[in-house]
Amino acid sequence: MVYHERAAWAGLITSVVTMVVYVVLVLDGADGGDLTTVDWFPPMLWTIGGGIVLSILITILWGIVAGMRDRASATASDIRDRDISRLGGRVESAFLVIAGLGVILLCAIGADVFWIANTMFLGFAVSAFVGGIARVIAYRRGLV
Amino acid sequence: MVKPTLVTNSIRSRREAAGITQADLAGRVGVTRQTLIAIEQGRYSPTLELAFQIARAFGAGIDDLFQYPSQETGE
Repeated sequence: MVYHERAAWAGLITSVVTMVVYVVLVLDGADGGDLTTVDWFPPMLWTIGGGIVLSILITILWGIVAGMRDRASATASDIRDRDISRLGGRVESAFLVIAGLGVILLCAIGADVFWIANTMFLGFAVSAFVGGIARVIAYRRGLV
Repeated sequence: MVKPTLVTNSIRSRREAAGITQADLAGRVGVTRQTLIAIEQGRYSPTLELAFQIARAFGAGIDDLFQYPSQETGE
């Protein structure tokens, strides 16, 4: 498995873990009450930061293991990696645009800041997840 | 998401006939072994430039390694 495929898997795993952790933290904070009363900003920052750290850790540890098995190709990349990266980027962009439009709509109707911020956060998470899925499928099943 | 391709290639048989490993050929044309495997299995269509490089590694033309069916016959 090449470096960029490992990074795609790391991003995919991280996006799922961070989203689940964030949802649990927010629901726990609401304690069955109104979600808009939750102090969402600290858990959002912590999960974003934790997600970045987790992704880096997975990539480094996996890279060390891969390097022990095949040192030469552990960090190699080529035109196929760039093609797959572009595909993933296009998929991510589509979901970010949808989230952005959702944020504009929520602003227009005067929605609570909680929903505006979390719609954008959901957009980031979904775009990372779907982009990761697209990359992994392209690596596993092909890009022709 | 993954569009089917009609392009086929005979890289694997040519490579095996020449006694070249996947790693060797990948190194000669500047790609990873995984990319060469994907090309051989038809899971990745190489760029025109890469197709030329692979063909030249065998001292052959692109048509010798890559095949595309004609529209009339579908062969």
